[in-house]
Amino acid sequence: MSEKNHNVSRRQFLTYTLTGVGGFMAAGMLMPMVRMAVDPVLDAAAEGDMNYLVEFDELGEEPIRRELTYEADDGWYESEQIETIYVYRDGDDVVALSAVCTHLGCTVSWEGSEDYPEMFYCPCHFGLYERDGTNVEGTPPTEPLHRYEYEIRDGAVYVGQSEPQ
Amino acid sequence: MLQRIYDWVDERMDITPLWRDIADHEVPEHVNPAHHFSAFIYCFGGLTFFVTVIQILSGMFLTMYYVPDIINAYESVYYLQSEVAFGAIVRAMHHWGASVVIVMMFLHTLRVFFTGAYKKPRELNWVVGVLIFFVMLGLGLTGYLLPWDMKAYFATVVALEIMETVPIIGESLRTLLQGGEIVGAQTLARFFAIHVFFLPGALLGLLAAHFIMIRRQGISGPL
Repeated sequence: MSEKNHNVSRRQFLTYTLTGVGGFMAAGMLMPMVRMAVDPVLDAAAEGDMNYLVEFDELGEEPIRRELTYEADDGWYESEQIETIYVYRDGDDVVALSAVCTHLGCTVSWEGSEDYPEMFYCPCHFGLYERDGTNVEGTPPTEPLHRYEYEIRDGAVYVGQSEPQ
Repeated sequence: MLQRIYDWVDERMDITPLWRDIADHEVPEHVNPAHHFSAFIYCFGGLTFFVTVIQILSGMFLTMYYVPDIINAYESVYYLQSEVAFGAIVRAMHHWGASVVIVMMFLHTLRVFFTGAYKKPRELNWVVGVLIFFVMLGLGLTGYLLPWDMKAYFATVVALEIMETVPIIGESLRTLLQGGEIVGAQTLARFFAIHVFFLPGALLGLLAAHFIMIRRQGISGPL
C-alpha cells in the first residue's frame, strides 16, 4: 500500500467505476454489431478459384479463342460469368490473354481485321495489340491486354484472375 | 484532455445547461432501489428504453446485409446468419430483443397500473404509453415477415386474414397492408418500409413526448 494520499474523491471514484462498467457494457453491445459491419474488410480476399480452360495439347503457337464460364459468388447472390480468353503456347509457357479491350472494354479478336495480320484487333475504335498483348502505339488502348494467371494440372490449363501486365 | 475539449466547446457554446436539463435531476427515494429494494419495479420503463436502443442499433446494422425482395430476402438473411462474422449474434439480439421489449413494456405497464401512476395529472402520458405499445406490436408484426421463410409468410397471412374480419373497412385494410392481390413482393417491400421507417419514426416521436411529460410532471409519489 502506498503511503501517498491519492486524493480520489468519492465522486471521482464513482465516476470512474460507473464509466468503466458502462463502457464495458456498451462495448459488449456494440462489438458484435461493429464486427459484423466490418466483416467484408477483415474477410481475407477470397483466392479466386482456378477454372478449367483448355487441354494443354490443344494449344499451339496460334492464339485460340475460348469462353470461360464460371460461377461468381457475390454474398448471397450467385451468377454465371462468361469471359472470352485468347490462349496459346509460348515454348513451355502458356499465355492466356483477356479479350477485353483496355480502351473501353469491347471484345478484341485475333486477326479480326484483314489489314492487320498477326494482331489482336478491336472493332470499336480500331485498337491493336501485338501477339503478346502489348498495345500498339498510336491506337486508342493505353495498356496491354490483361493476362490470366494459370496452372497446369493433369495436362489441362486452369486459369485464375486476369491481371494487368 | 477530454475535460479541455469539453471546456473549449463549453466556453463558446455554453452546453452545460443543455445536458444539465436532461441529466441532472434527483431520483426520489421511493424509486431508488438503493433505498428500498422493491423500488426495482420502477426500472422497467428505463429497461424498455434500453432494449429499444439495442433494437434500433442492431436493426440498423442488420440492414447492411438484408434485402427486402422476395428472391433475395431469405438468401440474404441466411448469408448474414451463417457466413458473416457475428451476424448470427446481431440477428439474435434483434430477434430476442423484440420479445424482451414486449415483456419489459408489459411489466412497466403493470407497475404504472398498480402504483396508480396513470391518474391525474398523468392521464395523457398513459395514453401516449398505450400508443407506444401499439407501435411496438406493429414493429413486431412487420418485422416477423422480413426473413421471408414459411413461418414469416404464414404468420402474415393469418394476421392479414384477421384484419380482414374488421367490419366495413376490413378488406381495404388488408389491401392497404398487403399492397397487392397476394402476400408477395409488394407486401414484403411495404412491411420493410413500415418496419424500418414509418413505425420507428412514430416511435421516436412518441418516446420524446413520453419523456418530456415525465420531466414536466415528475415521477408519481409513493404509495
